Amino acid sequence: MNDTALYHVLSIKDLTVFRGAAKILDRVTLALAQGETLALVGESGAGKSTIATAIMRLLENARVTGSATLAGEGDLLTLSERKMVKLRGRRLAMIFQDAGTALNPSYTVGRQLSTTLQRIHGLSKSDARKQAIDLFTSVGINDPEGRMSAFPHQLSGGMQQRVMVAIALAGSPDLLLADEPTSALDVTIQAQIVRLILKLTRERGASCVFVLHDLALASQACDRIAVLYAGQVVESGPARDVLERHRHPYTKQLKSCVLEIGAKDLVAPEGTVPSHDQMPNGCRFCTRCPRAVARCADETPPLVPARPTATGPLDHHIACWNPE
Amino acid sequence: MIVQTLSETKAPVTEQPIFELIEVEQVFEVPKPGRSLFSRETVGLRALDGVRLNIRKGTSLAVVGESGSGKSTLLRVLLGLDRPTGGRALYRSKPILEGRATGVEFARDVAMVYQDARGSLDPRMTIGALIAEPLRHFKIVPRQDEAARVSQLLDRVGLPADAADRYPSGLSGGQVRRVAIARALASEPSVLVADEAVSGLDVSTQAQLLILLRSLQRDMGLTLIFITHDLGVASFLCEEIAIMYLGRIVETGPTDAVLDAPSHPYSAALRAAAPQFFEPLSEPLSGEIPSPLNLPAGCRFSTRCPKVQDNCRLKDPQLGKLGPRRAVACLHPLEQQ
Repeated sequence: MNDTALYHVLSIKDLTVFRGAAKILDRVTLALAQGETLALVGESGAGKSTIATAIMRLLENARVTGSATLAGEGDLLTLSERKMVKLRGRRLAMIFQDAGTALNPSYTVGRQLSTTLQRIHGLSKSDARKQAIDLFTSVGINDPEGRMSAFPHQLSGGMQQRVMVAIALAGSPDLLLADEPTSALDVTIQAQIVRLILKLTRERGASCVFVLHDLALASQACDRIAVLYAGQVVESGPARDVLERHRHPYTKQLKSCVLEIGAKDLVAPEGTVPSHDQMPNGCRFCTRCPRAVARCADETPPLVPARPTATGPLDHHIACWNPE
Repeated sequence: MIVQTLSETKAPVTEQPIFELIEVEQVFEVPKPGRSLFSRETVGLRALDGVRLNIRKGTSLAVVGESGSGKSTLLRVLLGLDRPTGGRALYRSKPILEGRATGVEFARDVAMVYQDARGSLDPRMTIGALIAEPLRHFKIVPRQDEAARVSQLLDRVGLPADAADRYPSGLSGGQVRRVAIARALASEPSVLVADEAVSGLDVSTQAQLLILLRSLQRDMGLTLIFITHDLGVASFLCEEIAIMYLGRIVETGPTDAVLDAPSHPYSAALRAAAPQFFEPLSEPLSGEIPSPLNLPAGCRFSTRCPKVQDNCRLKDPQLGKLGPRRAVACLHPLEQQ
């Protein structure tokens, strides 16, 4: 894997999404190496899920600019819908937050997986069924044969999420987008699902983008982290750099809100994210930033290497006029 | 100084429990799975089974467990909304239902913050009217002082006074929860029961609310019963913890002591599954919580327990004392260092 470590499966450049007058993503730049897991973290409204949905080209009523290049396919944002239909499931796949609503309630889970297999691999019905049972086994569904004829509502939340993982992996995609795959689940089940996704993507050498709101979980599951605030990437890089040697005031604030077991002190930040009609032109965090300087409100800080030694786009980057 | 040690908070607490649950059972009769269309067959679903719990006045208790563990059923029993099918549930040494039936004192004294704060507020009433409602119902202040008390309460939960004229739809998720807390505090209760009051919020909003709840509990001497699934929240907010699994409390004790050295294997698994910075992902528990319609024989955790032994499948352990203020329901509790 080492020789391909710098091979970028996905590189996003200046991805900007407008919804009406509101700019919900502002020049997002990210890169993802093969076999790597990247966590997108931030609070609600930060644009984490929007990035994932924009890459899948599933955004509706939005104007998208910038580029998102998938290795070997070109810019996903400009491909024809016909081409995208071919790519979805085969090269990129998505796991949604709420498996209960993402699965079709009127078909058995077995049928939903087999049809996917038939469509992607052109298998016959009986071969698809066989492979579906194998896949159900590999995602840890016990009694896979019996569960083939279960409807989604007959399964627990954890089992539904396992079915979603199986469907997403049916076409062996090399890029998996997981949008808060565990936030609706209990912690012990969350641990099972995260480990499952990591194991299966690693086995297949696939890359994975996790949308998460839990920083501690991001540090455990992902190689790299990108911190978003109100649609802007404020800091990105290897997990340890971002979480332990962070230089952006927002990363620091976000981390200080995480409650570790045994912690008795907590600092609550002031204020809330501004609404889109009051969004500052420059750094969007400037209204709440303790280190804001005059230029912050008017000029957007570019995402630049956090240290002079940084070279590639995967290194530690920050977007701040007055970093720590 | 916000930080208080356990010994400091222990002093003013009197030992007379405010709530006492003795072997509480709650069995719901539910349609038998797979029964025919016209059959009336039912089976008993043991939502609570042998729950023992003492809640001392002035304490803060976290009730922790995964979905299906019986947290909400326990809450309904504590609030006197359901009559337990077995055992005794006491409030100030009297059956809770009796307290509820005789006058409004119980309802005034035990206030509730619901999980779905927005759903618990009438969308057609202003925030001011919503907070004034309990003031009037329990005759807390004379009419002419109502407005002043409403703005006092708004201030107490960190909302601007002009919020009184707004409607719930005009407030953010965090603000709506503050309104729900203000409304609960309006009746000047001594017990505050909160069901997942900070879940589903962004971490910064959650941090603001947790700091508010902790200062309310300490400044007003409230007894706080806090249902949560987040061990970090429990350890920040609550002095004591009760961990539930499949309808039974499997471990209770001082939060820090229990989380530092859990004695029940389930508590240990829950502790290990909580995300921690840069710790390797824990080996998760196998399987899922069994159906309460079909409880495992012996210990209910035996089907998933990593430390299971032969007699665990035969004998159902009850919650028993394990040293000072701690209790565990396990035949082979984990060794304490």
